[in-house]
Amino acid sequence: MANFGILKRILRFTKPYLHHLVLAAVFSAVNVALTLYIPILIGNAVDCTVEAGKVDFEAILPILVQLAAAAAIAAGASWAMSLCTNKLTYFTVRDIRRQVFAKLQRVPLSYIDSKAHGDLISRMIADTDQISDGLLMGFTQLFTGVVTILGTLGFMLSINLWITLIVVVITPLSFFVASFVAKHSFQMFRLQSETRGKMTALTGEMLSGQHLVKAFCHEEEAEAEFDVINGDLQGYSVKAVFFSSLTNPSTRFVNGLIYAGVGVFGAVSALAGNISVGQLSCFLTYANQYTKPFNEISGVITELQSALACAKRVFEVIDAEPEQAEPEQAEPEHAVVLTPDRVDGSVALDNVSFSYTPEKPLIEGFSLDVQSGRHIAIVGPTGCGKTTLINLLMRFYDVQGGEIRVSGVPVKDITRDSLRGAYGMVLQETWLKNGTVFENIAYGKPDASKEDVVNAAKAAHAHSFIERLPNGYDTRISDDETNISQGQKQLLCIARVMLCLPPMLILDEATSSIDTMTESRIQRAFDEMTEGRTSFIVAHRLSTIRRADCILVMESGHIVEMGRHEELMEKGGFYAKLYNSQFEVS
Amino acid sequence: MIKLIKYLKGYILQSIIAPLFKFLEASFELIVPLVMAGIIDVGVKNDDEGYIYGMGLVLVLLGVLGLAASITAQYFAAKASMGFGTALRHDFYRHLNSLSHAEIDKLGSDTMTTRIINDINQTQTGVNMFLRLFLRSPFIVVGSIVMCLTISVELTLIFAVAAPVIGLIIYLIMNRTIPKYKKIQGRLDRVSLLTRENLAGVRVIRAFARQKNEQEDFERETAELMKAQVRVGRISALLNPLTFVVVNLAIAAIIWFGGISVDTGSITQGELIALVNYMNQILLALIYLANLINILTKASASGARINDIFAMKPSVSDEGNVEQEGVTGAPAVELRDVSFGYHEGGAVLDGISLRAEKGEVIGIVGGTGSGKTTLVNLIPRFYDVAGGEVLANGVDVKKYPLKQLRRKIGIVPQRAVLFKGTVRSNICWGRKGASDDEIWAALETAQAAEFVRKLDGGLDAPVEQGGRNFSGGQRQRLTIARAVAMRPEILILDDSSSALDFATDAALRKALARDMAGTTVFIVSQRAAGVKHADRILVLDDGKAVGLGTHKELFESCTVYREICLSQLTEKEAQNG
Repeated sequence: MANFGILKRILRFTKPYLHHLVLAAVFSAVNVALTLYIPILIGNAVDCTVEAGKVDFEAILPILVQLAAAAAIAAGASWAMSLCTNKLTYFTVRDIRRQVFAKLQRVPLSYIDSKAHGDLISRMIADTDQISDGLLMGFTQLFTGVVTILGTLGFMLSINLWITLIVVVITPLSFFVASFVAKHSFQMFRLQSETRGKMTALTGEMLSGQHLVKAFCHEEEAEAEFDVINGDLQGYSVKAVFFSSLTNPSTRFVNGLIYAGVGVFGAVSALAGNISVGQLSCFLTYANQYTKPFNEISGVITELQSALACAKRVFEVIDAEPEQAEPEQAEPEHAVVLTPDRVDGSVALDNVSFSYTPEKPLIEGFSLDVQSGRHIAIVGPTGCGKTTLINLLMRFYDVQGGEIRVSGVPVKDITRDSLRGAYGMVLQETWLKNGTVFENIAYGKPDASKEDVVNAAKAAHAHSFIERLPNGYDTRISDDETNISQGQKQLLCIARVMLCLPPMLILDEATSSIDTMTESRIQRAFDEMTEGRTSFIVAHRLSTIRRADCILVMESGHIVEMGRHEELMEKGGFYAKLYNSQFEVS
Repeated sequence: MIKLIKYLKGYILQSIIAPLFKFLEASFELIVPLVMAGIIDVGVKNDDEGYIYGMGLVLVLLGVLGLAASITAQYFAAKASMGFGTALRHDFYRHLNSLSHAEIDKLGSDTMTTRIINDINQTQTGVNMFLRLFLRSPFIVVGSIVMCLTISVELTLIFAVAAPVIGLIIYLIMNRTIPKYKKIQGRLDRVSLLTRENLAGVRVIRAFARQKNEQEDFERETAELMKAQVRVGRISALLNPLTFVVVNLAIAAIIWFGGISVDTGSITQGELIALVNYMNQILLALIYLANLINILTKASASGARINDIFAMKPSVSDEGNVEQEGVTGAPAVELRDVSFGYHEGGAVLDGISLRAEKGEVIGIVGGTGSGKTTLVNLIPRFYDVAGGEVLANGVDVKKYPLKQLRRKIGIVPQRAVLFKGTVRSNICWGRKGASDDEIWAALETAQAAEFVRKLDGGLDAPVEQGGRNFSGGQRQRLTIARAVAMRPEILILDDSSSALDFATDAALRKALARDMAGTTVFIVSQRAAGVKHADRILVLDDGKAVGLGTHKELFESCTVYREICLSQLTEKEAQNG
């Protein structure tokens, strides 16, 4: 059974907290034993109150003291058990989350690029939460439930065999009812959640295109479509809710039957003198409590099943293949740490081939020799794969054939961190962390002094706008931040690189969402930064392209042409056509 | 939440029957301990076996009746609550559709989707549980106490003390934990945010080799989350043990004082057992009640969020407007000294005037944030101007019914969005029930006919959500076809040929000029190349009109336009235009 393996794996996570598990079991046993003992005490006490004038107060008092003590200890044990299971669960879940996160730091970029981020986040949050709920219920109720059932049977047997048998015989009825209800409601729940999924899809699609709905006066059609699904949902929901809500009344009914059976049979036995009235009352209490753990256990099992399904999704992430081992791990003697003084700024691509999917070869046999301080412009229409080249240079993806050498060293032999540290990268998608402006600029050099950060900001032409922010360098930047424009974010990203100022640069020129003022600042910052540094620039501006030492022209992932502007124009190939379409003449 | 009760209107009968039958079930349940007391006091004491069996049958009968009542109640509760949810969703969706762009922008599509799915679901569950339990649980508590009163007034005092104490414990614990659970949700959101941020910034993080720090941040956050969870768990784990102790102390008191009553002969042994049973029932009922309160709290929070949206009024309203006849000879679109801002103080457009004659092609150019899209959004009255007037065919757009106005205008938005369905269903957004010929004609104009013809299924080829099974360029051409199919009087192309290559773009321009003669066309673009061919070009800079004229005129007279051109074209190329 596959589920069993997953369960075992979850339990392996609890290993460091085994002592909590053991303690929880002990407390739970104490709690159950005392909880079951209490009805016997009550029964005994009731037996001392046969009728008027015959109440034995001297016997009752110690029983009641015992009762109070038992209740107090049981309560204490129950609380202690909860504390243990709480810790056990939350520690375990924390560890699982950390492992997932740690794996996400080590998977190749292709993994993160190919997965929907929403899905990964939902694995991290919702699925792990479900595991947490499942574990908590499992730890608290499963063990307690089983012990309670066995204990109840034992206690009942110790009082009277026949009444116990009645209870045991009627119990399966409860299972039968429960499985009947579960089967029917499951079917309906499935239909309900499918329909709800359809509704979510429809409303999600329509509402995210709401501007178009309004523009095309499409409201009525959308409403008609919505109403159909809404109607279906109503039908399925009524059935699903109705069937599932039968569980409680049905088990109450079975419980009532057991209660009646025990009552009648017990009373008749009492007539025959086989049991006392107190024992009968004790049985009645048991009969009332007996079916409860069964319900709980079936609840736990459903919860555990969905927890296992979620755990499977979480483990898929944990099991993802990490990036190829670092050279120092594979062959320590060859590992090269690319310290700044070792970088001479030369980059060589030698017969490189690469593709995201084996069926669609992208780059094949591509060679390029970049000498120190040269500027390489990468141009091509949107979506032509300009980022692929960045991916390869930064070793976000590994080449599949050929070799890339930086400063004469094959990148495979360089530690990833030091290779990436040799490049300064500014992407068009401006990513900033939740945190202050200062923290963001100092991202690559957390121990930088305030002075260094301010100088970097000045170099990036960002200092003046930062000073104008409400809290200057201590202004927090968060997702919903509106006091910082896209262009200003870009300036912060440049300042971030300025602070480290590595010997080589990878820049993605911004095409949009920037006002002219900021754009000219960014351009100036770029120009100053690239001065004398080997730079790869995804270029949109004509001036950058024309100044480049070499232009790589890409089309649908391939490098189709390469050379200087004039050469390429003369050639009249794809570049010339592209150039004409973008900067069209006539 | 109360305001939403009106959605139960169609289900008044069900909403009354459901709690009533629950009430019946509870009554049957309350009789059980009394019957059992009878079995002990009459049957056992008097050696009356027949009585015992008789009462046994009564117990079974009570069970059957209880089950029947309860099933009836659950059915009607399900019917009423789901009917409530359905009616609420129906109205809510219509309300969302009535809102204008300003409100839609403010809410965001995620919020709207969450409200209509999750929040309504939550309120519907609340109504369901309310119908099922609001009579039952309090009734069992009160009923048990009343039943005890019939047995012994003095002993009922114990109940009168114990029940409020249990209630108080439940209240205190819930009161202390609920706000803490909210905090935990906040912590969980932080963990979620860190993950999202980490995934989005994976390239930067790795470029700066900061994985270790990210992991440390994450560990700190998860440690905080765990601490908060353990802390709240410590309090909420008190609920069961504390109530358990109180109930058992109460039972001990019942036995002690009950023993005295039995001794004096004022109650019987069977009745004593019945009292113990009632005590246990009260505990159960109170715990159910606590659950109900929890669900209702959530439901009413959801209800409040829904009401917040219901309270939003569309900022653009066409109430009372009647169909308008255009003024003959008036320009297709005229802007008179228009100003606009999305919020107080932030003017996006300032004093813009423009006359676009019928059949004229107007280019609008300017940097990002200069107000181009905002300007064209004022024509179909997605927003109302803050100052000045927008006229269509010589009539203020505020006087038109929105439908009449918007059916005149075809829009191709910046983001090429298609909807799940088929090519046909998407084009039919523009013209309901368009014939095949009409659709093909629109596709021809939009330069989309060629690739649609090659699709499996042609017009009936499936379109996935958002149109993701088409390339960017194909999507863009289909959205153009959608607008062209309307045969609009005014066509707005909002930077909508960015994904088209040169040849297609030129062919498109030609086809539009040929097939849409008489239609006034607005072309919005960031690039000079995109608007060069327009009859007239409006140059926007930071919300102000800084130039209006042909390419040649502007290149000579308008510095901003000249700058835009020169940053994108060489001087020679620009002059050649």
